Amino acid sequence: MDKFTVLTAIAAPLPEANIDTDKIIPARFLKTTKRSGLGVHAFDGMRYNPDGSEKPDFVLNREPYRKAGILITHDNLGCGSSREHAPWALLDFGIRCVIAPSFADIFFNNCFKNGILPIRLPRDICDALMDDARLGANGRLTVDLARQVVVRPDGQEIAFEIDPLRKHLLLEGLDDIGQTLQHEGAISTFEAARGQTQPWQTRIVID
Amino acid sequence: MAARTLFDKIWDSHVVERLEDGTAILYIDRHLVHEVTSPQAFEGLRMSGRRLRRPDATIAVVDHNVPTSDRTLPIEEPESRNQIETLERNVREFGVPYFPLLSERQGIVHVVGPEQGISLPGMTIVCGDSHTSTHGAMGALAFGIGTSEVEHVMATQTLLQKPALNMKVVVEGTLGAGVTAKDVMLAIIGTIGTAGGTGYVIEFAGSTIRGLDMAGRMTICNMSIEAGARAGLVAPDETTFDYVRGRPFAPQGEAFAQAVAYWKTLAADEGAHYDKIVELRAEDIPPVLTWGTSPETVIPVSGTVPDPAAESDEAKRAQLQRMLDYMGLEAGQKIAGVPVDVVFIGSCTNSRIEDLRSAASIVAGRHVAPGVRAMVVPGSGIVKAQAEREGLDRVFLDAGFEWREAGCSMCLGMNPDRLTPGQRCASTSNRNFEGRQGPGGRTHLLSPAMAAAAAVTGHLTDVRELI
Repeated sequence: MDKFTVLTAIAAPLPEANIDTDKIIPARFLKTTKRSGLGVHAFDGMRYNPDGSEKPDFVLNREPYRKAGILITHDNLGCGSSREHAPWALLDFGIRCVIAPSFADIFFNNCFKNGILPIRLPRDICDALMDDARLGANGRLTVDLARQVVVRPDGQEIAFEIDPLRKHLLLEGLDDIGQTLQHEGAISTFEAARGQTQPWQTRIVID
Repeated sequence: MAARTLFDKIWDSHVVERLEDGTAILYIDRHLVHEVTSPQAFEGLRMSGRRLRRPDATIAVVDHNVPTSDRTLPIEEPESRNQIETLERNVREFGVPYFPLLSERQGIVHVVGPEQGISLPGMTIVCGDSHTSTHGAMGALAFGIGTSEVEHVMATQTLLQKPALNMKVVVEGTLGAGVTAKDVMLAIIGTIGTAGGTGYVIEFAGSTIRGLDMAGRMTICNMSIEAGARAGLVAPDETTFDYVRGRPFAPQGEAFAQAVAYWKTLAADEGAHYDKIVELRAEDIPPVLTWGTSPETVIPVSGTVPDPAAESDEAKRAQLQRMLDYMGLEAGQKIAGVPVDVVFIGSCTNSRIEDLRSAASIVAGRHVAPGVRAMVVPGSGIVKAQAEREGLDRVFLDAGFEWREAGCSMCLGMNPDRLTPGQRCASTSNRNFEGRQGPGGRTHLLSPAMAAAAAVTGHLTDVRELI
């Protein structure tokens, strides 16, 4: 996983609530066995006509947002399906940071696992950042994770909250499986104790 | 010790270690695996040279991609076939128990788990699928995870988690004729909204919930995620124990008695704290359905489609108008009487034997309306066989329904069962998002009985007129 330190990028405004993960990546594109290559299908239904041509009004089809690295939306971003293909598609498109007033829980988690920083900010601030984003290349935002601030084009800094463990993993680009396996002794002890106190826990074995 | 909720008790009993910032290493009892969200996780294990820690706590099935037509024929779509073959290679390599396509025990993972006694009360259960919340009906903490977390569970049998907040949804009273668990859950989602449960685990309680059979409780917990909650729960009781008893992977004999004694301790303590409580009266819930492209767009079947002009927030008004346009409906239009093209009875929400019986009771002696394609997709091979023993297949086939093999099917259209653009579907599934059942498809979520009513009349219909 790539580290996330400081990102300065074009931000795409998408002022909609409840953007579900089916919308971010429809189910028919989930047949891949890889993580890469999904960017071309990101927001497929919003981005393309049935004949495959681009919908010119959709923000990610317009310059300079084709190169957006940040996406700003309204409430409940990423609701619905747990598919990690949604952050994979965003990442493959080039999005490293998503900003919204609220996120669905599973999508929020999945972002961190892929080096995407999800930032919760109040709706009025998201709207102000969307106004910045509408300036296009003149409205680049900077996200500084170590300092936990979003820097607007006029230099104003907006603080955001992040869980310390997640911040650490993102800044270092660390795989959390490796972190957890440092506690393998505790896991084995727990398993053994459970076998004693709950002998009725069955094993799944198919002959 | 302070009074604890059902969620608190299951959580506490699975914490391996608490890290400095409050994150817990949470032990996972059951890991359910399917073909769509697992290949990258198996690949990750392989790349890092890690082993799968507990194959004997893991079960794999194929469900999302599988055709629901003749299973003896080769799978036509090459990418679907590849995903299924990839799973089969992976379960062999890592020694994971697996119900293959031609096994009677194959089916939708959230139907198979409880049916086989793999999902048990008091457990933590995860799967790379948001509808894992279904298993909460057993009194288990069950939630969906992404593929990176699938790999994390494979490698460590744990997840890094922060505790959720506790919400209790209480439904009291007696359901009216034609009103089912699906109507109750849609009414709850309509009340709290699709983000109302974000950050919470919802415990469903009250006399109405207690009175539901396990299939009904699974329908309720299944759609917890549509209310934004990762997990739903129902406290295990005699209904639960009767359901579990004798199932293939459930504890047997003395071990079962020991387990029941433990499961009985899981119910919330008197005075346990809930961060939020929502109350509904069963008598206030009519048969309902969704009109729009979010599961919260719930209206009574006797109701009308809302008018965006009544919405003051500009962004919300635009979104309502977009939903109306997508759904091909007009503001103020009566929802009953809207013609349907397709009726889908199936999915992890409503494909159990009880659901099929409910639909069949409406269909019996009637015929599918001209021009309507109606299909029944049982949740598992076991459900299908049971239905055939009861003659339900004849009821559906004689009425002009398709009677298909088990799988996720038209709930999400990863297999060939898809809507074409503009087609309107009365569906017992769980999501009505744009394009969910196929690009341009229009989905109305409703109960199996209401779906059956739409099939035989050819339009969205108040099922009470057919009882």
